[in-house]
Amino acid sequence: MIEIDGLTKRYGDKTAVDQLSFVVEPGVVTGFLGPNGAGKSTTMRVIAGLDRPTSGTVRVNGKHYPEAAAPLSELGILLDARSVHPGLSARSNLLALARTAGIGRRRVDEVIELAGLGEVAGTRAGGFSLGMGQRLGVAAALLGQPQTVVLDEPVNGLDPDGVRWIRLLLRSLAAEGRTVFVSSHLMSEMAQTATRLVVLGRGKLITETSVEDFTGQATTGGVLVRTPESARLGQLLAGPGVTVINDGTDLLRVSGTTAEQIGATAWRAHLPVYELTPTHASLEEAFMQVTQDSIEYHAGATR
Amino acid sequence: MSAVMGTTLAPVPATVAGPVTQVRVIRAEWTKLRALRSTWWCGLSAVVLIVGVGAAIAGAGPPYHVSAANSAAAGVSASLLGLLFAQLVVGVVGVLAFSGEYGTGMIRATLAVVPSRLPVLWAKLIVLAGLVLPVTLLCAVADFFTATALLSSRGGSVISPTDPGVLRTVAGSALYLTVVVVIGLALGALLRKTAAGLSVFAAVFFVVPIVVGALPHQITGFAPYLPANAGGALWGNPLTTGHELGPWAGFAVLCGYAIVLTGLAAWRLRRRDA
Repeated sequence: MIEIDGLTKRYGDKTAVDQLSFVVEPGVVTGFLGPNGAGKSTTMRVIAGLDRPTSGTVRVNGKHYPEAAAPLSELGILLDARSVHPGLSARSNLLALARTAGIGRRRVDEVIELAGLGEVAGTRAGGFSLGMGQRLGVAAALLGQPQTVVLDEPVNGLDPDGVRWIRLLLRSLAAEGRTVFVSSHLMSEMAQTATRLVVLGRGKLITETSVEDFTGQATTGGVLVRTPESARLGQLLAGPGVTVINDGTDLLRVSGTTAEQIGATAWRAHLPVYELTPTHASLEEAFMQVTQDSIEYHAGATR
Repeated sequence: MSAVMGTTLAPVPATVAGPVTQVRVIRAEWTKLRALRSTWWCGLSAVVLIVGVGAAIAGAGPPYHVSAANSAAAGVSASLLGLLFAQLVVGVVGVLAFSGEYGTGMIRATLAVVPSRLPVLWAKLIVLAGLVLPVTLLCAVADFFTATALLSSRGGSVISPTDPGVLRTVAGSALYLTVVVVIGLALGALLRKTAAGLSVFAAVFFVVPIVVGALPHQITGFAPYLPANAGGALWGNPLTTGHELGPWAGFAVLCGYAIVLTGLAAWRLRRRDA
């Protein structure tokens, strides 16, 4: 579990993260979303104890991570930027990290196989592609079989096979009861992998919710109605809280009410309906909508 | 927590990771140092510079005659002239131990697994000192036997390890280089950038002593306290004319620099964002 309470991080006079509070629960994959510069990587660096909070507290599995007795069993982390030595082989990079926790070569070879790096384990990491570097970083995060796994943009640079591997890996880690916190700018990827979401904009928490609620709340979702009587049905449906968009064809885009109610209204007025399709906003749309609002809000607030 | 999702969580399997201990961090740092090619290249260069330069001086220079003015120890010091270059190689290894990690980003992985941080500094210090001391001692001993054999075969005095000051000079050269690697390490940790660390190191140990040596004596009263000159008193740095500090007093001054710089490095490592 990760508990973040009132976290603020300033670099000089630039505030990267501002009064951030949220909890990442074990047992599910929690996605960490936000536009570039929202403070995701900063938050993750603070979780790993690499950057010290300006104020606020961060607890990993109930403890202050820098004081953890066995850090590798508490937290495995993949950071956004490269954090391997290019002059060392993949195996040496991993072994050096493993040694600090008394982890032996067997486990190192295990994570090498798990990450699909078996064939390149002995070659210097400096020659690795972005995707292989990511695999090495994920292998490092898994070394100590940690209770909490934090991955910054793990699918960045991965081929479709790698993306699929990450997706299954994250789900199985969560199914084992671990805390899995993963950032990504690929909303579609999050929609397939994550259950919970923490959305960040300009260093502030925008929302902490489930993927379902997040897309459900988005106002771009609605019901698509196809009827030859589009003008009449539109008039009947329109009301407080209900928006009907009719572009003059037989298609209506209705939001603020449910497909059930639209169907019942049409039946009572004896209007034929050929199609009645509830549409959800994609996570991408929901995300754009939510973060756009926050950016506008902040831009306005600074003036 | 399980109530949140309405499912029962499988228990988290036992982890393989044990607690971080100083010994384990030392093993981790040794794993890195051993696997880096630069370590072996630098080690080889140090051997060539110390033994090779010593042999060249003894084999090509005028034969050394021990007299009241020319001590046996000074003859050995002269054959250790290669130390002036070897110290740069040793300094590079020290600086790179930290700046290399900051430059490549590996420091983030290193400090994330040892979040208390200071064990990393102590481990690097112990591993480097533990590598440099025996290697340079072997070099100095090899240099001593090669150089003295060459000198006596060319008609110079026979210098024995039991002559006054000779053992101190040979062992002192290794002690000097060991403290030098610690200073390099501290500079790397403090400055974080390889270029900055190497520049400062080369300036302090190579350029400044030469420049100060060329200045009038009236304004260079501090010269014996410069790290290279103070430490040079222990092994009889032949470029420093008239060692004004005693061998061990000079070495103590050098150690003082190492301790202060290491203290600053520890403070910075602990306090600053990685």
